[in-house]
Amino acid sequence: MDIIVTGLLLGGTYALIAMGLNLQYGMARIMNLANGEMLVAGGFAAFWFWTAAQVSPLLTVFIVAPVAFAANWLIYIVFLRPLVKRARSRGQLEVDSILTTFGLSFVSVGLMLAVFGGDYFSYSYLSFPVHILGDSYGANRVAAFVSAVIICGALWLWLDRSRAGLTIRAIAVAPDSARLVGIDVGKMAALAFALGGAVTATGGALISTFLTLDASTGVMFTLKALIIVIMGGVGDIRGTIIAALALGLLETFVATLIDPGLTLAAAYLLFVVILLVRPQGLFGRRTT
Amino acid sequence: MKRRTFAQIAALALATGFAAVPASAQDTLKVGAVAPKTGPLAGGAAVSYWPNVKLWVETVNARGGLNVDGKQMMLEVIEYDDQTNPGETIKAVQRLVEQDQADIILPPYSTGLNLASAPIYHRYGIPMITSTATTDKADELSAQFPNVFISLGGAQPIALGAVEVLTELRDRGDIGNKVAIVNVADAFGIELANVAKPAFADAGFELVYESSYPLGSQDLSPVMKAVKSADPDAFVAFSYPPDTFALTEQAQIEDLQVGAFYTAVATAFPSYAGRFGESIEGVLGIGGVNADDEAFQTYAARHEEVTGAKPDYWASAMVYSTFEVLEQSIEAVGLDNAAIIEHIKANAFDTVIGTLDFDENNNNPSFWTVGQWQDGVFKGVASTGREGAVDVVVKGPWK
Repeated sequence: MDIIVTGLLLGGTYALIAMGLNLQYGMARIMNLANGEMLVAGGFAAFWFWTAAQVSPLLTVFIVAPVAFAANWLIYIVFLRPLVKRARSRGQLEVDSILTTFGLSFVSVGLMLAVFGGDYFSYSYLSFPVHILGDSYGANRVAAFVSAVIICGALWLWLDRSRAGLTIRAIAVAPDSARLVGIDVGKMAALAFALGGAVTATGGALISTFLTLDASTGVMFTLKALIIVIMGGVGDIRGTIIAALALGLLETFVATLIDPGLTLAAAYLLFVVILLVRPQGLFGRRTT
Repeated sequence: MKRRTFAQIAALALATGFAAVPASAQDTLKVGAVAPKTGPLAGGAAVSYWPNVKLWVETVNARGGLNVDGKQMMLEVIEYDDQTNPGETIKAVQRLVEQDQADIILPPYSTGLNLASAPIYHRYGIPMITSTATTDKADELSAQFPNVFISLGGAQPIALGAVEVLTELRDRGDIGNKVAIVNVADAFGIELANVAKPAFADAGFELVYESSYPLGSQDLSPVMKAVKSADPDAFVAFSYPPDTFALTEQAQIEDLQVGAFYTAVATAFPSYAGRFGESIEGVLGIGGVNADDEAFQTYAARHEEVTGAKPDYWASAMVYSTFEVLEQSIEAVGLDNAAIIEHIKANAFDTVIGTLDFDENNNNPSFWTVGQWQDGVFKGVASTGREGAVDVVVKGPWK
């Protein structure tokens, strides 16, 4: 039981890390390698508000999310729209966006170093135990899990039920046909990209309450997010959630019952197995 | 009008340019520094290394510069980021020598990067007084590269220091003899754990839990839950900064009650105290300083004044004191690298950590191994012959 709860909490963390990338890669078709830097920036904002004015990170997200949304909108318009316009195929866009965002990730690391300095930023927030079914867990991890449930639930409802969600799903499935039925593909893609950035930064603010970050840790989160998104299936919210939870459960299971040293090996083994069995990911559509 | 303004500005620029060129050519020394600003070790370098480069240069310039053969020379820093990549460290050193023609080159940061770049420092004959490298092979290293000096100590004495402190606590009756050891699965953690485990067994301790975890683990709660269920009297972790923070937080969440709680790198960082406040009273960690010493306190105050951050209680002062060794040697013998190396070998130096005197293997034999948070200060409790160690105390419950 203990393993299941710990694993679910870790899975929630992973969902927060990966959800934004899924929106950016799956919906806006931008393979954003600077995703982790956005997460670190969100974490830094939470750290800064907390140490300067004791503002709870759970409130900071309401500032972080709109700012990140605006920043990512700008990034899309300035750096990525020209790539989308000149790309002849999805493959070409993918290569171009990987190169561009790879560069952007260096720029972001440099900017963050200049602004925040290279020091670790870590603080204590909600670091007291809460008791669930007789075992104790960090309150900050539980808070992040609850937020992950709310964010993922809201995203899923919005994409599944609303008109705007429908159009976003349309551009994810068939951008060319979407244009024929009167959808402004460029605008919706920018919206999806900006939303992905906002979700990532929010996730960063939440996980900074229990993880120690510094300006150059972003790439670790990008990698983890990439694995989860690909395992779950590109462009599918449910897939990301299931993959994140599966990864969290598996890592905790291995750490507790076998050896904590094998968690990484187990995670990559799961990744390889899923790729072998279902190359398109758990919920992904087979590309034609 | 416009043209005249332009001409004036141009004339002014030219004049200042001409005035500045001879000054910079004659009276300044270029100091090259290469260390991580990005990559996995950037966080540690930002605490222990870079602020000291700034502090040293500002301190030397504030007193009128470095006296080289009777001439006062101001210092000017050239900084390179090696991205925590040994290849980049080596390239940056080459660039500093060949292209920038730096007069002084400081050693890089961390054990790995220092060892990797020792051959290139040796090839150029640069004195390399390392301050952030721990190695047990100082004798072999100095035989191969006589320009390399080791000041921070070896892994073996550091791990044995932890064993010694816990043995003292047990022999005093403060803790029992059940110990749990975890380590980060990386050269540093594995080496220290491999020394410590047999040493604990020899000292009569019972290892009730031992395990390693991968570098960059995002959840250490399974590790701490397992430690807790093994019910140890003492907990030892050979950890890196993010895990040091995570393990401490998890121990508080799980309410791990031990009489000795030891974590490694970052325990001595000011941000550790900043995060956990008074709850870390009695926590043991790697390193330490003679915190009550006046020289250290003056240094710490200047460090905060100049760089805006507090120094850590381990490597910071060591980094600065090796810069002082270099400074004193240059003032004694000038900018002749071979003469500087001979001077360092032959003399003892008065620095912020006390006397620094290298042995015949270019090794500093007396260094801090274990420190403890007592009343908000991380004080040295065990060393290999440094003065000012305080008595270790048993750790109470987490507050």
